This record gives sequence, C-alpha cells and structure tokens, in this order.
Amino acid sequence: MAQIDSEKYAVATQLQLTWWRFRRHKLAMISLVLLVLVYLLAIFADFLATQDPHATDARTSYIAPQPIQWFDDNGFNPHVYGIKGVRDMKTFKLVYTVDPNRKVYIDFFGQGYEYNLFGLIPTKVHLMTLRNAERGDGIYILGTDLLGRDLWSRLMVATRVSLTIGLVGVSISLFLGVLLGGISAVYGGIVDTMIQRTIEVIRSMPTIPLWLGLAAALPNNWSVLQVYFAITIIISLLAWTDLARVVRGKFLALKEEDFVMAAELAGASQGRIIFRHMLPSFASHIIAAVSLALPAMIISETSLSFLGLGLRPPAISWGILLQDAQNIQTLALAPWLLISAIPVVVVILAFNFLGDGLRDAADPYG
Amino acid sequence: MIAFMTRRLLLGVMTIWLISILSFIIIQLPPGDFVDAYIAQLSSSGSQVSAAEAENLRQLYGLGEPFYVQYGKWLARIVTGDFGESMEWRRPVTEVIGDRIWLTLLLSFAALLVTWGLALPIGIFSAVRQYSFADYAFTLVGFIGIAVPNFLLALVIMYFAFVWFGASVGGLFSAEMALAPWSAAKVWDLIKHLPLPALILALGGTAQLIRIMRANLLDELRRPYVVTARAKGLSESRAIIKYPVRAALNPFASNIAYLFPYLVSGSIIVSIVLGLPTVGPLLVKALVAQDMFLAGTIVLLLGVMTVVGTFISDLVLMWVDPRIRHQMD
Repeated sequence: MAQIDSEKYAVATQLQLTWWRFRRHKLAMISLVLLVLVYLLAIFADFLATQDPHATDARTSYIAPQPIQWFDDNGFNPHVYGIKGVRDMKTFKLVYTVDPNRKVYIDFFGQGYEYNLFGLIPTKVHLMTLRNAERGDGIYILGTDLLGRDLWSRLMVATRVSLTIGLVGVSISLFLGVLLGGISAVYGGIVDTMIQRTIEVIRSMPTIPLWLGLAAALPNNWSVLQVYFAITIIISLLAWTDLARVVRGKFLALKEEDFVMAAELAGASQGRIIFRHMLPSFASHIIAAVSLALPAMIISETSLSFLGLGLRPPAISWGILLQDAQNIQTLALAPWLLISAIPVVVVILAFNFLGDGLRDAADPYG
Repeated sequence: MIAFMTRRLLLGVMTIWLISILSFIIIQLPPGDFVDAYIAQLSSSGSQVSAAEAENLRQLYGLGEPFYVQYGKWLARIVTGDFGESMEWRRPVTEVIGDRIWLTLLLSFAALLVTWGLALPIGIFSAVRQYSFADYAFTLVGFIGIAVPNFLLALVIMYFAFVWFGASVGGLFSAEMALAPWSAAKVWDLIKHLPLPALILALGGTAQLIRIMRANLLDELRRPYVVTARAKGLSESRAIIKYPVRAALNPFASNIAYLFPYLVSGSIIVSIVLGLPTVGPLLVKALVAQDMFLAGTIVLLLGVMTVVGTFISDLVLMWVDPRIRHQMD
C-alpha cells in the first residue's frame, strides 16, 4: 500500500480499496487473467475450432495429436501432414495413419463450417483452415476420438458449455441464496429457523445420488437446450445453501453496525438501508462466495455428464468429453483423450485462487 | 447435551423423511406408471402378464390414487422391508443390492478414517512449520486435491498404474475372490484392496480439512496463552498439542457432519470409474434402464445411511470434545 498515498487511501471507495488489496494477491491476479482468457476462448470457440466438432469420419478414428509444422524448406509455411490409408498385412484391415510426405497447408481466416458468432452473426470464418485438404485431412492438434471428431474443436465448444453452465447455475443459486438468506436474517424468528433447518437438511444429504435420480428422469425427447437448463436448475437447487449462509451471516453482522443505526435514525426506509447501505459493504463477500461456488458447479456438471446422466450427446461439455476416456482400454489406445481433464483442473484451480484472493480483499480495512 | 442430541436426532429424522419423498418422486418421475413399464418389460422378454395380475399390482401400489396415498402405501411397505422388485433383474430389490450397500458404507467409512488420519497431523504440521518447504508442498497437494474432481483422480491414477505397472487398480477384490463366499481370506483380500479407493475418495475432503485445521491452529498459536505456556517451560510438543490443537479442533469438528454425505456422494462416482462393487454402478445402471424401484431404493438407503453415519460421528465428537457437550446445554 506504500505507493498509494494516505490521502488517496482516505477518499477511496470500497470498490477501489478492494481492488488495491486484491491486486497484491499475485496468484489471484494470475488466475483472474487466466480466467478472462479462458472465457474469451469460450466466446470465440467456433472461430478457434478447426473442424466441425460434430463431424464424424471413420478414417480419422483415434488419430494421435499432430503438431502444426510451422516451417518448411521455403521458410514460414504452416502445414500439417495428410492422412493415408495403409493395409495392415496381418489383419488386412485398412488403417489410416499420418503421411509425412504429403503436406496440407494452413490458411488463416479461411472458410470452414458455418456457425453463428456470439450466437448471432452467421459466418464461416475460422482462425485456421486447410487449403488443399483431401477427405480425412485435418488440423488435429489434440488428436481425434473414436468417431474421428477433432478433440481440439470439441474442447473449444465444450469449454463454452461447461463455463456458461457454471455461470447460469451460480446466478440461480445466488438469487435463491440472497433471497432466502436475506429473508432469514431480516425476519428472524420462525422463518429464520425454518430456512436454517432446511439448509441443514439439504447439506446433510448425499447430493450425487439425488442429482442422478432427478437428472435421469428428464424426458429423452428433450432438446439439448432444455436438458441444459434442467441440469443447471437441478444443480443449483442443492447449491444455494452456502451462499444463503454467507448472506445471512453478513446481514446479521451488519445489522449491529453504527452506520445502519445512523441510517435508521435519519429515517431511511428499510429498502434503502438494505440496498444503499448494507449491500455495498458485503457485495465483495458475495462475489468471493460466488467465485468459490462456481468451481463446485462446474465439477457437478462435469460429474453428471461424465456418468451419462447430465448433458447428452450431441451436446458437448467437459464431462461428455471425459466420458469417452472412461475406461482403461480406451485410455491405453488413445491416452490423449485425457487432455480434456487439464482445462477442468486449471479452471477449477484458478477459480479457487481467485476466490481466496477476493475473500482476503473483501475486507479492505482488515 | 440431551437437547443437542435431540435436535440432531430430529434433524436426522426430518432429513430421512425428505429423502424418502425425493426417492419416491424419483420412482414416479418417468412417464407412464411403473406397472405399465413393468408389463412392457415383461412382455418384451416373452412372458405375459394377465389383466388381473396387472390390476393387482396397481391396487398394491395404489396407482391412480393421489400422490400422498401412493407415497403412504409405498412407505408402509418399505417399513416392513419390502422395497419392491427390480424390473431389470426381476428379483427383489434388496436381493439385487445385497452386499453392495455394506461395501459402500465400508468404503465411505474408510475414506472418513483416511481423511481424519491425514488431515489432522498434516494440518498441525503445516501450521507449526508455516512457510516451510513441507508446508508449501502440502498446500500444493491440497489445492490439487480441491481442484481435481475425484473421478478424474481415479481415472488418472488408473491410467498411470496401467502404463507404469501394467496393473489394473480397479475392484475391491481379486478376480478369484469376487464371487467367493465370505471367509477370512476374502475379508483380508478386501482390506488389501481398500486403501487406494479410500485414498482417492478422501483426497478432496482431506485437502479442505487441512486448510481449515492449519488456519485455525495458526490463529490459536498467536494467542498469549501459548506464549505463557512456552514461558513457563512447557516442552514444545506439549505447548502445541495439549492446548492450541484442542482449541483448533472445534470448527474442524463441526465440519465433519458434512464430510460424510460428501464422501458417500463421491463414492458413487469413484466406484464407477474404478469398477468397485458398491451401489454406485448399480444406481447409474438402474437409472439409465429406468429401473425405478431399484434406483429409488438405492437413493433412499444411501440417504438413510448418510444420516445415521452423520449422527454417529456427532456422538463421537461429543464424546471426544467436552466443549461441544457443554456448549450445547
């Protein structure tokens, strides 16, 4: 805090103080930058995808990750190797492998499959496309799965789905948590007792079996979008309790503060006291709690989808990608399928560090 | 103390009641009534069900009557130990579940012991030797434990065990023991197979507990009474273990009530990855096949198990920590 002179410190708003304090938390800052990048990745998922994430092709089944070759004899000339069919002389099966003799060149901002940028603007522009591609050729940075779908492209789209499910879920939880936690604290008495007991009951239930049961009951003919929202709601119905506890605790603590008393004496209405005076002073705590609730949401969705009871194909999410890596036979054959685990771990870690940093910063006078 | 126990007991009963409603909702959720599903299942496998038989079944479960009547009838049958019949296996649900529920309980309990056994000493160590290399190492492991969902951990461990040792780490029994009747040899086999799944299951909870324990103990260690104890010449171990550690255990203890449900939950998914013969794989199979009596019963049993387990761990804590006993009076 040395670089900030005391005069500036004295007149700074709560938000500024929080930000200054947060900035000193290195790990949290790195996490914040990382998460912003990952969310940007999610927004431009289709643009970054090199292939249609749903397109299947038996020829490209289980192709190992292929690095992009950036240079050839003529200098900078990014390309990948083509795919060729080879007859396996033992089984007489046609096996497709990489052919280092045939170069397929990469174009930037070329035309690929059609998608809607930001969900609105129809376009075909992708970061990388192939110029002289034959059937089966592709940019397989992370390899392909059994059905020959490109893992990199699928991972991009999956990141978007898994990250937004976390956001939507947390929004619902936050709404329930603030509402019920607030009611609990403001009204007290029997209402408070009832809400608190409900929270305790929910917290002492094993959640995964319940989620599974509810998720399995979603009708088979529901669209991807319907299932998406249903799963989000199921997850958030059991996840609001922590937020409600934070809100209630903060509310009760602030009720006793002098400035609330002062506002009351000055004749402020209850609504004004809550929203103008109390809410700003614990908003940062709520943000911290949210950033710790987000990774839990993401894990829930990933687990459910992993078990085949969350989102369903053709939807793509981290859980669905990991589902392909479920048994040891597949992993022995195509270990690169485990790559989808890395973004899960990195994002969850980043959210945890961010949450820790925010929690420390939330109390700038402490 | 009595008040505390009664409160806990009432809460437990309430939880079980709520879980029973949710389990029944799960049974009811698939479209059509389950007698239809049952008949469809039977006729698809060749056997016929007469109209009278179907009518009997409907009567038995009170189908067509309001929800609470059906729920009441179902509950009344549950209490007498009749959980209905699994449609997929065509055997009573209790028979299908068999040992699996006990193995689930055993696995969760083992994971609980591992969590306690690891978190307590590591938490103390990390606090006492704050900012040491080991503290940083444990913090790192702790963060990984929090960030890696346990099914992922199971997957990764399974993969590396396969690559490095060519061994499959799955299962709770060796192949030749899996179907054998219970004997001393089989129990020993189980004990040998238990640590790895228990450790995988326990890691997430352990990581959280270590952080809580470390933070609490650090707070305590800064208190003047610790300085006093040292000034009076108490040995370092006594000055730490005897007072600050005991004081730091309190919030640690209150978290344990939520640890057991978490472990039972996690055991489902870890069991599926590692192929353990617990109720986990059975539950998912039942749900996918819409074998609702089996699924509902498993959810109910898991819920009851959790509540009982939590209650027992509360009692143990009261016995261990005198402050809980007195605080609650």
